[in-house]
Amino acid sequence: MAASEGKNPARIEARERGAAYLVRRHRFQWPEAVPWLLAIAAFFLLPDRMTFGGQVLIWVMFALSLDLILGYAGIVTLGHAAFFGIGAYTVGMLIARLGWSEPISSLFAAAVMAALVGFISGWFLLRYRGLTLLMLTLATAIMLQETGNLRSDISGGYDGLPGLVISPLFGKFDYDLYGHVNYLYVLGVLAVVFFFVRRIVYSPFGQALTGIRENVRRMHAIGSPVHRRLVTVYTISAAIAGVAGALFTQTNAYVTLTVFDFDNSAKVMVMLILGGTGRLYGAFVGAVVYMVLEDYFSKLSPTFWQFGIGLLLVLAVLFARRGLLGLLEQAGIGFAKGNKRKKP
Amino acid sequence: MSDIALEVQNLNRAFGALPVARDINLSLQRGARRALIGPNGAGKTTLVNLITGVLKPSSGRVLLNGEDITSTSQAERARRGLARTFQINQLFRGLSVLENVGMAISERDGSSNNLWRAVGTNRVILDEALDHLESLQLVDDALKLVRELPYGRQRLVEIAIALAQKPRVLLLDEPAAGVPSSESHLILDVVASLDPDIAVLIIEHDMDVVFRFAKTITVLVQGAVFTQGTPEEIMANADVRAVYLGQEGHKGGRHS
Repeated sequence: MAASEGKNPARIEARERGAAYLVRRHRFQWPEAVPWLLAIAAFFLLPDRMTFGGQVLIWVMFALSLDLILGYAGIVTLGHAAFFGIGAYTVGMLIARLGWSEPISSLFAAAVMAALVGFISGWFLLRYRGLTLLMLTLATAIMLQETGNLRSDISGGYDGLPGLVISPLFGKFDYDLYGHVNYLYVLGVLAVVFFFVRRIVYSPFGQALTGIRENVRRMHAIGSPVHRRLVTVYTISAAIAGVAGALFTQTNAYVTLTVFDFDNSAKVMVMLILGGTGRLYGAFVGAVVYMVLEDYFSKLSPTFWQFGIGLLLVLAVLFARRGLLGLLEQAGIGFAKGNKRKKP
Repeated sequence: MSDIALEVQNLNRAFGALPVARDINLSLQRGARRALIGPNGAGKTTLVNLITGVLKPSSGRVLLNGEDITSTSQAERARRGLARTFQINQLFRGLSVLENVGMAISERDGSSNNLWRAVGTNRVILDEALDHLESLQLVDDALKLVRELPYGRQRLVEIAIALAQKPRVLLLDEPAAGVPSSESHLILDVVASLDPDIAVLIIEHDMDVVFRFAKTITVLVQGAVFTQGTPEEIMANADVRAVYLGQEGHKGGRHS
């Protein structure tokens, strides 16, 4: 009550502090440059691992698409591979059936197809939450996979569509055996996608998604069209997953129905939770750590490598509940901050 | 436009074999100050849930400003000017107080459809949010996370969100519930000084508050309207005393 005395200066100051607080959240902070600098450094320091590097970046993008719906809107799904698969097959079919091999336009086509499937399935499924939603998303991915299997004359079935030849990037840069062009191509697409995702999560729409995650009952009560918001973000997420899938087909030059596997849906979720949800960079940390360890363990023991991954998960659940970035955040490192930050 | 802000007509609802709303009729004039009282389990919160659309009635109608809203969604009712607070806090606990209120404003004015503009760059929303916080003496807590606030302050945020919706009808479900009496006066002052144009229905157990605030009191017993009248009439009603006031141990008219 004492604060209301010297009203005007106090009011103005409160307003400035409020604005500064909200704006500080979305302003670029220098620690955010770290993952990008590391990705560029890897290109120069590990020239013979670029094929692997490109795959890691694709999984980063896939995990990023999941973060948008799981980390921000609180949508749980075990069927996100559905959209990865749609994107992967859109590119594959464009080349194999229509002879369309231009990479950039194929990415857009993949995004549109995946968004379409995301919109339609999301429209029906996002009325449900929790376990029901988990089962329904899982079923969606399986149904798509089985549809592909049923029409293996078109999809190539589990034998897939091998030997897909992609046109040179921008009609100029052909893909080398060491994956150097691929790596830079994927990194560039990831940067563009990341820019959009980052805009979205700090927009009023993104704030509304956080509201849905935090308290959906209150969102209904304040007049938020919750279903429409969820379908919108689900569609966007599906499009991004589709782009990741498209890059997967383009960089591997083949695609089979295994892209729809439950394993992929589970793997991307594990990566994201390992890195930390609702903080964008969790996708980077989770995917890199998971892929590098998977690679290491499978060389160490080709038969029992999953034991290592399992152990990692147990440790993460016991000691890093909020993911590896959650641990870093406790240590006070800037880019680890999500909007689940501890102190303003 | 009619002067009746909210009207409930012959509303019925049962949970299985248990009727929780029985032929309820209720109408609130513009600017009404109405208290809804009744023993535990009388169906007070259920009635709020039926009015706001959390629950669908099995029969009967709900009218907001003369328009039938019985079959519209919760969100649509909110957009048409019906706001509520919850008996148990329903807040965005991981967000700051400022964002909690800003969220309601953004949803009301359509800003939440924007995927591009950054939160905090819209001065209109920021100013309005801070105006609401100022009137509830929450400015000093604006940048704190809701979950870090004491419960009494959280109850104020609960009201701040509802006010940020700029409602024409406001349903307050025990706004001071769970707040120590040393702090509850602040909440009750806020309730007492609400915009006189808003029709307010308050569920409250503290009879002093009810008698101070309400111009009309509706008594709900076992899902039905038992009686209705001015505070004086209700206080003088021996039947009401028997079913309700007696049980609760009314503290004897300290309001006057």
